Amino acid sequence: MSTVEVAPAVIDLAETTIRELNSRLHAAEDGEGFRVLHPAGRHSVAAGLDSAIDVEIDGHVGYYCAGMSASASLRIHGNAGPGLAENLMSGRVEVTGSASQYAGATAHGGLIAIHGDASSRCGISLKGADVVVQGSIGHMGAFMAQSGRLVVCGDVGEALGDSLYEARLYVRGNVASLGADCIEKELRDEHAAELAELLAAAGFDAEPGDFRRYGSARTLYNFHADRVD
Amino acid sequence: MCGIAGLFAKTRDTEARLGTDLAAMLSELAARGPDSAGVAIYRDPVPEGSVKLSLLHSRGDEPDWARVAADLGHALGGHVALEVRGGSCAIARADAGGAEAEACLRAVAPDISVIATGQAIELMKRAGAPAELIVRSGLSALEGTHALGHTRMATESRVTTEHSHPFSTGPDLCLVHNGSLSNHNRLRASLRREGLTFATDNDSEVAAGYLTWRMAGGATLDEALEGALRDLDGFFTFAVGTRDGFAVLRDPVACKPAVLAETDDWVAMASEYRAIAVLPGAEDAEVWEPVPGRIYSWSHEGEGTTRPDASTRGDLTGVV
Repeated sequence: MSTVEVAPAVIDLAETTIRELNSRLHAAEDGEGFRVLHPAGRHSVAAGLDSAIDVEIDGHVGYYCAGMSASASLRIHGNAGPGLAENLMSGRVEVTGSASQYAGATAHGGLIAIHGDASSRCGISLKGADVVVQGSIGHMGAFMAQSGRLVVCGDVGEALGDSLYEARLYVRGNVASLGADCIEKELRDEHAAELAELLAAAGFDAEPGDFRRYGSARTLYNFHADRVD
Repeated sequence: MCGIAGLFAKTRDTEARLGTDLAAMLSELAARGPDSAGVAIYRDPVPEGSVKLSLLHSRGDEPDWARVAADLGHALGGHVALEVRGGSCAIARADAGGAEAEACLRAVAPDISVIATGQAIELMKRAGAPAELIVRSGLSALEGTHALGHTRMATESRVTTEHSHPFSTGPDLCLVHNGSLSNHNRLRASLRREGLTFATDNDSEVAAGYLTWRMAGGATLDEALEGALRDLDGFFTFAVGTRDGFAVLRDPVACKPAVLAETDDWVAMASEYRAIAVLPGAEDAEVWEPVPGRIYSWSHEGEGTTRPDASTRGDLTGVV
């Protein structure tokens, strides 16, 4: 049996509405490929996908690109606005440029790879996805993150991991400050191996030994009656 | 929400299409706030000793602007040129000082308010979505050096034409704001004691007044904005226009979005990238997200254009 290369379907957003685009992507079957042209910063590009399709987006996207998606593989050749891959369930989202605020917020699964920088609140309330950033991120990264991994090859802004639960954070550059209950932890062999896997999955070249690991001190987990006046 | 747009021309070609381009930017942002809209465009300055007044008549029938011009000219003892911008707005030019012209206008036409004075600024505002303002003001036909626009989703004070942005509280200075300030009442009272006057109870007008007060005390625009970071409490993305330049500032928490973009022809800021995508050459622009708490400013003063160099832009780039 031989495989047949099928050229991706081209959808030009200069001529097609977001609703039409997303309808076509929602109706697609596993293995289909799409190329989206002229996104021009529009919102909700390729949101709510639910099949193993491959989507290439040529240009900058606005809010909520790839939000709530599952199974699909997306590559954005440009920058992404706020809420990139918010509540992603599975699959892969890659941005060749930078991402704005709250990239990967509440994402449950899958991989979000950002080649440039991410802005504030990256991975806020993360619930199981992996977010790997080649550049730096802004303040309040991984705020209240519950599960999953955040990897930052560059620097991190203030209050990293504030009120963190079980998510694991790896940073190569400087951390401006740690949020409440976030502490540095030992980077053991199993963490270096995990980190190597994440970096390889994102396609970023970095040495796991250069990173520091952060996590929850778990002092905020339980309500302490003795703190009540 | 609210939507903000700013455009600063670096070439004559961009100046020639400034009104058209700002109109396109503002139209893209209309969904962020359809309550009211406003634009300030810096253009065609009058000489020293003369003044431009941006006039607003927001209640009742549209005034007899020719009569207003004649009465104002008579009161000032000279000719007043007046250009109507859509019925409720007009731009008057007079060979007089700003304070004198304002006082005379109050005497001859008390139902008309002055929403901006200066040598270059022209300000138009209107309740309703930007499309109406754009059509009625004839914005697309205007050339200029730089311009700001705002489309409002009201969150803290009434929806009226007077409460629309931009707010101008001093000569050639205006401000557009996305966000909300929490200490504006106390600050307004302090600034009133310093001699400033306010036309509304709007929080953003206080921010404009604060900058006017700082600059009247000798501060540069950048210094005034540094003061704003200390003294204004709340959420903000500001774009500020002066006679020669414009600046962008986000508060340190930076909930409110902003995108900056620059080409050899222009500098643009907007709440969202899609408002920049409509500009000629946008696909090749350098695009970045302004870092929280950092001042970005450009000026036409002196030779060419001054701008923040790459090293001061911060290392967080992106699109909002």
